[in-house]
Amino acid sequence: MMRKLLTGNGAAAWSARLARADYIPAFPITPQTEIVETLGNWIDNEQLPARMVTLESEHSMITAAGAAAATGVRVFSATSSQGLLYAMEMLYTVAGWRAPFVLVNVSRGLAAPITLEPDHNDIMAARDSGFLQIHCADCQEVLDSVLMAYRLGEDERVRLPVMVNQDGFYLSFTREPVDIPDPGAAARFLPDYDPENIRFRASAPVSQAVAVLGGAPYSYFRYESHLAARQALEVYDEVAADFEAEFGRKREALEAYRTEDAEYLFVQLGSFATKAREAVDRLREAGWAVGLLRPRLFRPLPEEKIRQALAGRKGVAVIDQNLSPGRGGVLHAELASVLFGHADMPSILVSFIGGLGGRDISTEEFFEMARVTRRAVEDGKAPPPRLLYTETELREVRKLQAIANAERADLEKKP
Amino acid sequence: MTETLFKHMRDLPSSHLLGTGTPTCAGCGGLQALHQIYDVFGGKTVFVNAAGCMTLLSVYPFTPFRGSWLYTAMACAPAGAQGIRDALDILLEKGQISADEDLQTVVLTGDGAAYGMGLSATSSAIERGLDFIYLCYDNEGYGNTGQQYSEATPHAARTSTSKGPQGYPGNKKDLFSIWAAHKPRYVATVIGAEPLDLARKIEKAREMPGPRLIIALSPCPTGWDFSPDATTDIGRLAVRTGIWPLKEYENGKVVHTRIPRKRLPVEDYLKRQGRFSHLFEPVRKEALLAEIQGRVDAYWEGIEG
Repeated sequence: MMRKLLTGNGAAAWSARLARADYIPAFPITPQTEIVETLGNWIDNEQLPARMVTLESEHSMITAAGAAAATGVRVFSATSSQGLLYAMEMLYTVAGWRAPFVLVNVSRGLAAPITLEPDHNDIMAARDSGFLQIHCADCQEVLDSVLMAYRLGEDERVRLPVMVNQDGFYLSFTREPVDIPDPGAAARFLPDYDPENIRFRASAPVSQAVAVLGGAPYSYFRYESHLAARQALEVYDEVAADFEAEFGRKREALEAYRTEDAEYLFVQLGSFATKAREAVDRLREAGWAVGLLRPRLFRPLPEEKIRQALAGRKGVAVIDQNLSPGRGGVLHAELASVLFGHADMPSILVSFIGGLGGRDISTEEFFEMARVTRRAVEDGKAPPPRLLYTETELREVRKLQAIANAERADLEKKP
Repeated sequence: MTETLFKHMRDLPSSHLLGTGTPTCAGCGGLQALHQIYDVFGGKTVFVNAAGCMTLLSVYPFTPFRGSWLYTAMACAPAGAQGIRDALDILLEKGQISADEDLQTVVLTGDGAAYGMGLSATSSAIERGLDFIYLCYDNEGYGNTGQQYSEATPHAARTSTSKGPQGYPGNKKDLFSIWAAHKPRYVATVIGAEPLDLARKIEKAREMPGPRLIIALSPCPTGWDFSPDATTDIGRLAVRTGIWPLKEYENGKVVHTRIPRKRLPVEDYLKRQGRFSHLFEPVRKEALLAEIQGRVDAYWEGIEG
């Protein structure tokens, strides 16, 4: 084992190397580019016996990734934001091919307005694609999750591609100490890929991804994908147990932090949950019975574990770093559907939207979210979704608007 | 390769690889070309398909192919070919498959994908020197959806989205030249109605490495509005009127493999098809006919000896 300071992107590249990925279709996009640059350098310096090809788009990149996986090699790829959306048609398509591979997504907000900074609308847009999803909170977790993702996706009970999500900038460009496992240990945990019957060979012709006529075969194959994704819940727990045995790190489907006696819980995905952890510690010091739940596995969603973790709690603050305009936070809606109709579930589920386009969520805001949630429990009524924004931020935007208006007025005055 | 195996019609393959009973329309010129091409390729192929008429060849649980098949989407079949080719090369290099397990990677798309949505993916596959064959069956419109005009639709043709008195106002994109401008290993035009010319070109392409691209003009009874038994006649007329030049690009040069002596007037070809009937009825549109003839004449000027 080697301990190194690595960015999230560096950790992602190391994970592909330790997974002995054969094939890396690539396309550059900020903030993911360092991953493919690192892998490309290793290949050029003969430190990684893989083949990398830069396609002309993410749409083609995912097609090549799926086609190579369908031919029977281990495939790694990475993208972000607009790239993930440009590939959207093929995300759904290759997931249906049932050829497993791993795609790292470095979360970044979506246009318009165009931005480079992170939020989760990109990965949420891929929610229903058929890819499994693992969400990471730190750089070590990125490396660990990719190795786990191969085991999960390649399992014969699953056979689905997996996305591993890390937040742009907050993880992609942040250096943290990361344990890099020995290649031998990585190979013990993740053996070579056995494509079994997913392959193209001259002696065994096969038609893959053919058309169907009518709803019966269509529904059958769609249901198969769904049931395979559901089976991934059980497989995930086995993979996590093996991972802990080999590397000593717990990587549960649902991470619980100081929840034992908690009356109120934050629920959040990704790296901003580390901010929530900090807030939980501070609130605990102030005498609040607060904890944090962080689903690492988002597809499939570990519903039973979530219900067990939320049973008997008073109120939940769901913090979404995404926005479904006209509706609100995606995680909030998901959670509500998990709890509805089950006994002993918290009746108050407050929705907060924050951290869009790289906007920070401060510790004070976590305190305020806890207060709002407690008040809602006391009133017995959840308020409408709260859009986190401060007066200072509004003043800043007003200043920008004033400049824009002044510039326009100036232009209009000219003949 | 120095010598062709196909000197006479009788040398053409007599065993046919592509199965029968496909759901293509009667008289499909694309299927006619594909039959002949597949016989020369052989079954050690994987067809990588984009959305189009031929997507319906392989409908679960049937396929007419002896070899393999992967359906991708409309824009990205060449990228699918890239993934398969690269994966096969990786497996060969690692000794995980033997050379006789290797497959020829063949992209199969219509003109909608080839001339339009898939052009970017094709351009970069050629630029990367991908070892593959691209086979475009060109029926000059989005045939599978009811023959709306595509970037391959010829001037004045009536399609389901160009029903006005002048037909389609645009001009057929010169995909052969666009492909050739990338300097790939080989580009050729073929047509099912000229099987010897077709077989020689496919035989040649089969033996070459690198990007090889074929456009097969595919007379389409449903889309072009003619009787299914006229497919071959119309195909021959496309060649003999000079509308569809049979040619190949290799080593920076374009060679015409068939120069029609005594070109027939284009209207011999046009009047056989309902999609051009508005050029003749209720009154002859002399200006449009002259324009079409003029373009064909201009093309052949300098090529005909």
